[in-house]
Amino acid sequence: MGMKALLGLARFMAPFAAAAAAGTVLSSAGAVNMYWVQIFQLACITAVSALGLNVIYGFTGLFSLGHAAFYGIGAYGAALLMKTGGGESQAFFLASLLAGGAGAALIAWLVGLSTLRLTSDYLGIATLGFGIIMKVVFDNADAFLPQLGGARGMTGIPKMTGVAWAVMFLGAFLFAARNLVHSSYGRALVAIREDEVAAGAAGIDTFRYKLAGFVVGCSFAGVAGGLYAHLYAFLHPSNFDFFKSVDVLMIVVLGGLGNMSGTLVASFGWIFLLEGLRVALPPDYIELRWVLIPVLLVVTMLRRPQGLFGIREFRFLRDASE
Amino acid sequence: MNILEASGLAKNFGGIKALNGVDLQVGVGELAGMIGPNGSGKTTVFNVITGIYRPDRGTVTLGGKRISGLPPHSISRLGIARTFQNIRLFRNLSAMDNVRAACHPDVRYGPISAVCRSEGFHAGEREIREKAMDLLSLFSLQDRRDDLARNLPYGDQRRLEIARALASEPDLLLLDEPAAGMNASEVGKLMEFILEIRTRYKLAILLIEHQMRLVMGICERIVVMDFGEVIARGTPREIRNDPRVIEAYLGKESKDGK
Amino acid sequence: MDYFLQQVVNGLQLGFVYALIALGYTMVYGIVRLINFAHGDVFMVGAFIGLYAIEGARLPLAAVFLLAICGCALLAVAMERIAYRPLRNAPRIASLITAIGVSLFLEYFTSLRQVFGPNFYPFPRPFAISAWEFRNFAITNIQAIIFTVTLCCLVLLQFVVRKTRLGRAMRAVSHDHVTAGLMGVNVDLTISVTFGLGAALAGVGGVLYGFAYPQVNTFMGVMPGLKAFTAAVLGGIGSIPGAVLGGLIMGQSETLTSAYLSSTYRDGIAFLILILVLLLRPTGILGTQRTEKV
Repeated sequence: MGMKALLGLARFMAPFAAAAAAGTVLSSAGAVNMYWVQIFQLACITAVSALGLNVIYGFTGLFSLGHAAFYGIGAYGAALLMKTGGGESQAFFLASLLAGGAGAALIAWLVGLSTLRLTSDYLGIATLGFGIIMKVVFDNADAFLPQLGGARGMTGIPKMTGVAWAVMFLGAFLFAARNLVHSSYGRALVAIREDEVAAGAAGIDTFRYKLAGFVVGCSFAGVAGGLYAHLYAFLHPSNFDFFKSVDVLMIVVLGGLGNMSGTLVASFGWIFLLEGLRVALPPDYIELRWVLIPVLLVVTMLRRPQGLFGIREFRFLRDASE
Repeated sequence: MNILEASGLAKNFGGIKALNGVDLQVGVGELAGMIGPNGSGKTTVFNVITGIYRPDRGTVTLGGKRISGLPPHSISRLGIARTFQNIRLFRNLSAMDNVRAACHPDVRYGPISAVCRSEGFHAGEREIREKAMDLLSLFSLQDRRDDLARNLPYGDQRRLEIARALASEPDLLLLDEPAAGMNASEVGKLMEFILEIRTRYKLAILLIEHQMRLVMGICERIVVMDFGEVIARGTPREIRNDPRVIEAYLGKESKDGK
Repeated sequence: MDYFLQQVVNGLQLGFVYALIALGYTMVYGIVRLINFAHGDVFMVGAFIGLYAIEGARLPLAAVFLLAICGCALLAVAMERIAYRPLRNAPRIASLITAIGVSLFLEYFTSLRQVFGPNFYPFPRPFAISAWEFRNFAITNIQAIIFTVTLCCLVLLQFVVRKTRLGRAMRAVSHDHVTAGLMGVNVDLTISVTFGLGAALAGVGGVLYGFAYPQVNTFMGVMPGLKAFTAAVLGGIGSIPGAVLGGLIMGQSETLTSAYLSSTYRDGIAFLILILVLLLRPTGILGTQRTEKV
């Protein structure tokens, strides 16, 4: 990476580094309620996963209903590595996260090879099916690897995720996503989304690129899953079921398909709204959240089906390649 | 010398024989036309040549190399570009991005360079941008470069599609009804335009058209299709007087001359 | 062998219920290309209507089914009118997300204490279970009810689709709703009726499911809904015989897996079968290949 490129990276990451530093100081000083600090980290992690689904669906046009499965693969993968060999090492943690992401990428590659020739709705149902298969695998994982916990859940994971990790990874993935999207490769993916036949006629190897887009997006989910595993230090297969795939799909659609700023805002909005309602509603009525949220969802779709953000991005996520 | 040779092409869809033994040649740098009633198989020929359909029988060669059976993107890279009957632009991309997307197969930097924003990335992007701007300017679209394709007026959309096709620097350009929906003066301009790009880009061009003025005006040779077969081929003059062609378009003359 | 045959019979029981639900999915998808995620919850409402009709109102069976049919049909028509019709010309994903929203709303709203409540409730059986013993297996009266009621519904549906004007209208709108409208078909009405018909079948399925697996809960429609939709895709989405075939396959595979492997794998196996089928026949077993005209 040349000097100019490194400076570009530094300029992009500077606000994230500052936020990471501030957040770490505030939380270790006890100035902010730990609960909300965790929620903030969850929002960052969710945003990374959602960004991945946006690459897959928003940018490449692949309807995936199994995103949570890859989140889970990354989570269990990273957690297993840390639990068995990592101790408290930050370096090992980083390696585990990347390994989890790589594992998710590998599985995504295999799944994609077999399913990406299917057309949209069929692809959705195939990925949905894969997601359910993975949930069954997670439920029965203790049959071949007892540390994974199976249906009882996986414990003993060190709590490695902190504000710094969450914020910096979010920044890094935003950087990567932005640069990919605003490049010839991003344009190739969007061309496939817009008109696969015309893209092929223009010389783009559509299957190879669809596979690439799918693998990249799932790797985002994999790393996010690893961060998630080490945030709450407990994993249960129900965290990675169809509902969770639906959650992240809703975030991406609400934010606006193919819009990174929208994904960012919708992720934070979703997580904080969910938690905010949990606090705001009287204890007997907590489940009312899940009555209000779908109503909100339906109303949003009726009024603004293209999502919150249309085409416009925040300045830091725009095409700055001039 | 022929740039394109297709022989014995046959293609069925369910029970329908879309193509029933089609032979076709286009010479290097030649401007050829393909005419025939609707449903005669013209676009199917295009789709078979460009790899969207695999022929049930027959072969297609480009510059002597067999291309039938290859996927569309490979055939495109070997030197064929096309436009579509119903305009298939990338509707939510700008005019600029439509052309830049077609420049992608020749991109000079890798995805890692893109993510890292290396010098190679910036140089490559500059190159793509210049090439796209050149094409847009040639087609008088440079002022609309940031407009979304779906918002462009119809005539601009058609020209943009041709500009996008030229981005891959083809040896053979297939145009599917480029004059559809155009009035007389627009057709005249299009005729000049096709001749100009043929010379400037050293192309062979095969076009499907219904507007006889254009076909007879600029095509050097014409192929006539009906019911999935070639029923006549020759120069515009030969075709104009061929009874089989007249019959295909106007129907058989009855015995009483009605 | 006896065990196997018995499991096959049990699989038919489940399969027929799945078929009933799958029909609703396939008919709605066929006509408006929408995956109606809320359909499984319509099935759930049918089961609860059955619960209240039998336990609360002590109605005879025929009335119970009638009530479930009417209640579910009304619900579906209302859903279509309020949430789906306004989005008919919007991008398809908007309708899908809305369907998901409606589904979640139905599940959680009915789980409120003031509505159905959050618990599992026993489904009443207004008759004693008996069984007909054959040489190698037995069929319970509940299974007999399921088989007969489902077959009747299927015959009725086939009649409606093939022999009535409404059925013709449904098929026309499925093919091309613009042209159908131009030909004088009342597209809105046809779509509403389709939703209603599908929901009616799901309502019947809900009551039957309640008899067979007598425990209801407001989330009971989630997995059966997913499986029934998968069944519809398996059989070829948009195809009515396909939905039935798919339902039977899903029911059979689930039951046999539970019986011979382990019930924890049963969800996985069903979807594994789906993926395998899609790899070999991308549009489902009886699905039509939709070739895109280029």
